[in-house]
Amino acid sequence: MATQILMPALSPTMTEGTLTKWLVKEGDVIKAGDVIAEIETDKATMEVEAVDEGILSRILVPGGTENVAVNTPIGLITEEGEAASSAAAPAPKAVATPAAPQAAVAPAAPAASPAAVSAPPVSHGERVFATPLARRIARDKGLDLAQVQGSGPHGRIVKADVEAARPQAPAAAVPSGRTGAAVITPPVPSTPFAPGSAEFTAIPNDGMRRTVARRLSEAKATIPHYYLTVDCEIDNLLAMRKTLNEQVGGGTKISVNDMIVKALALALVKVPAANASWTDEAILRYAHADIAVAVAVEGGLITPIVRAAEVKGLATIAGETRDLAERARSRKLKPEEYQGGTFTVSNLGMFGVRQFAAVINPPHGGILAIGAGEQRPVVKNGALAVATVMTVTLSADHRVIDGAVGAGLLAAFKRLIEEPLTMLL
Amino acid sequence: MAERFDLIVLGSGPGGYVAAIRAAQLGMKAAVVEREALGGICLNWGCIPTKALLRSSEVHHLLQHAGDYGFEIGDITFDLARIVKRSRQVASQLSAGVKHLMKKNKITVVEGEGRLLGKGRLAVTRNDTTVELEAPHIIIATGARARTLPGLEPNGTSIITYREAMVPKTLPKRLLVVGSGAIGMEFASFYAQMGSKVTVVEALDRILPVEDEDISAFALKAFTRQGLKFHTAANLKRLSPEGTGVVAEIEAGGQSHRIEADQAILAVGIVGNVENIGLEALGVKVERSHIVVDEFSRTGVPGLYAIGDVTGPPWLAHKASHEGVVCVEKIAGVAGVHPLDTGNIPGCTYCLPQIASVGLTEAKARAAGHEVKVGRFPYLGNGKAIALGEPEGLVKTVFDAKTGALLGAHMIGAEVTEQIQGYAIARTLETTEAELMATVFPHPTLSETMHEAVLDAYGRAIHI
Ligand SMILES: Cc1cc2nc3c(=O)[nH]c(=O)nc-3n(C[C@H](O)[C@H](O)[C@H](O)COP(=O)(O)OP(=O)(O)OC[C@H]3O[C@@H](n4cnc5c(N)ncnc54)[C@H](O)[C@@H]3O)c2cc1C
Repeated sequence: MATQILMPALSPTMTEGTLTKWLVKEGDVIKAGDVIAEIETDKATMEVEAVDEGILSRILVPGGTENVAVNTPIGLITEEGEAASSAAAPAPKAVATPAAPQAAVAPAAPAASPAAVSAPPVSHGERVFATPLARRIARDKGLDLAQVQGSGPHGRIVKADVEAARPQAPAAAVPSGRTGAAVITPPVPSTPFAPGSAEFTAIPNDGMRRTVARRLSEAKATIPHYYLTVDCEIDNLLAMRKTLNEQVGGGTKISVNDMIVKALALALVKVPAANASWTDEAILRYAHADIAVAVAVEGGLITPIVRAAEVKGLATIAGETRDLAERARSRKLKPEEYQGGTFTVSNLGMFGVRQFAAVINPPHGGILAIGAGEQRPVVKNGALAVATVMTVTLSADHRVIDGAVGAGLLAAFKRLIEEPLTMLL
Repeated sequence: MAERFDLIVLGSGPGGYVAAIRAAQLGMKAAVVEREALGGICLNWGCIPTKALLRSSEVHHLLQHAGDYGFEIGDITFDLARIVKRSRQVASQLSAGVKHLMKKNKITVVEGEGRLLGKGRLAVTRNDTTVELEAPHIIIATGARARTLPGLEPNGTSIITYREAMVPKTLPKRLLVVGSGAIGMEFASFYAQMGSKVTVVEALDRILPVEDEDISAFALKAFTRQGLKFHTAANLKRLSPEGTGVVAEIEAGGQSHRIEADQAILAVGIVGNVENIGLEALGVKVERSHIVVDEFSRTGVPGLYAIGDVTGPPWLAHKASHEGVVCVEKIAGVAGVHPLDTGNIPGCTYCLPQIASVGLTEAKARAAGHEVKVGRFPYLGNGKAIALGEPEGLVKTVFDAKTGALLGAHMIGAEVTEQIQGYAIARTLETTEAELMATVFPHPTLSETMHEAVLDAYGRAIHI
């Protein structure tokens, strides 16, 4: 009997992905645990391990295919000694199913028809293997079985899998548990399509780009954003940072951003009403401040999470953030490292941006946009003076965080930033 | 020079020998160490010889009811020695079978008493000669033995445990069975069918205490009709040899009773064989005479595992075997190995009537917070049961009212031990009531009661 290799779901939110490349050839002997292919999801590149052993008798979906729906058969394994030709017989379904949109196979062709690039994901025509009990629980929970990865024999979905899974939100208004991808970018004006006339290059949307687009559109369209801006003097903070880094010596240097993460986490502890998410049934108030930190990567943005930042020291935060950012850039983050979180920090200060308002990244209740720290004239005790000032703007979800609460959060944050020693209290 | 293996199993019971075979199948060089007969308690002193005895008592029962089926038989006599001999022959035939299986799978059998010398090292002693074996993986499968209570020590003649009870020389006229679990009830049933006057004493408030309460109650009635006597919620104050027999004093229901009997069988649980095998020096955790292990039978000492009775309840041969397979597959790195789900292990008692169950009792299901739907169907409503002349029986199902999951199934009656696997498969495949209802059960069979008990849980039973 041939065993199908199915397109795995590497994260609960993944519905499709790009089969970047096969690392084995047809005819190769593979053992359970061998890395056989690479898959690019909406946020990361992941290695696929074989669950069964035998001979890879057929590759059904070639490397470089985009929009491969989760659970699509991508290859066939036959037992050693079994005629490879018999492999096709038991799996007519797999062959008959449009395994992948063919047009997308040639992503390099600049003239690839845009229609093909944006072809809808393959519909879930193929059979999802799940136990009757798992099916029923999934139905009662409103769970799409195609989104669930099975842990039973041959990848069958069993009760434990659906019990562990969370329902997917149809719209951003209901944060999907805390599995939301954390991605922020300033909205990009969409170029009106001008077929025929203007010259253009079509850059196929990869998984990440599509996720960025979908989530930010949903967020901006459904979350009632409001914005509060405050100036923070950061001379004390810079002095403290300098002292600390002199102490650290060779270790990871603490950045201003690390101190902002810490200050935001502590401010959220002081104003717990702001550390919360909206759902239709209830406001979820979180026990810890899990701060998502935006990292620019090629082709998009990803926001790995510093969990329970309120209890972590600056050195820990610095170390973790640097490690997460490095792995984010090489797209080697594990889903649990960028999914969830309770609040976001986005910093464009290094680009000289003085002030900006960011789009909330659901299910977070808010996002703090950090501008550049620069010397500005300030009035102190009636006299003009010079101070290093950083402007921050809070975008808050009004369903969860009312104006006064948002202002309270910013005030607490400003106090911690301006008197950084109080972070020790 | 110590001989080297990939895997050594200490003990050749259904846990140990099955683990060794699975290891051999996976290409490992395996050895089994055994101080007695291959096959362990199960084949030699447990499951198998008792089933042979019980078959004799069943035949006796049928002969006694031969008239019901139109036969005229004169006095029925039997030769206890031949009954016991048959039971022993069955046991040795199967033990020889295990020997053959070891050979076929190229598993080395080392006879003698095994003892761990350290990580990955085992000494086996036999008649003052000791050999040393080495392997990166060692599985302890030393099984268990009858538990004795303080002041209740067996003497081998009038106060005995299962070992002696399995090879009686004479039939006790009056037998006292202490403990009404599976082992106690099987012996109580055997001896009663053969003609002993049997009294059963149970400390808890019902017999077969691990079974569903409805089944316990049904069994109590059935056995009482057969002439067995029961004292439940009974406190055994004293049990001592007197003359050639025994005298017991018990307190039950606020009253004291004095019970005289020719023999008493102690069936009050079992304790793991954890002594003198070198566990202490390695720091293996032992709690209440059982080795503590994780879901893949790992002891916490790298390379040392334990399976079967020595790791605790349920003390069942098929649990031991299955644990052995899972443990070895995990060691071999077989993909997709899942721990054994103890909720899916069926338990059977081969008394007359037979008892079988899998999953949660109704009370346990409710205690676990399930809203339940309960179905019951009596053998009286089943054509085959009537045709067989076996109208005494009950099948009970417990479903989760919300999800339709089969939480438990409980059966008493003819051949239920052969039928329970149907519900075990249903549970393993995670079927709901819908698939069980849609399954076509052949007519006429006893198994139709299983279908009806499912239908009944949803108010749809046909023949009741
Ligand atoms: C009367 C009776 C009836 C039973 N009926 C049933 C039944 O119907 N169904 C059922 O499922 N279960 C039944 N059981 C329980 C079943 O026998 C046990 O669950 C099963 O035998 C456990 O298997 P095991 O491999 O863990 O250990 P065992 O079968 O106990 O095997 C352990 C082996 O290890 C050997 N050993 C121990 N220490 C050493 C050492 N230091 N060196 C070398 N060898 C050693 C022993 O000699 C023994 O052969 C019954 C038990 C009894 C007593």
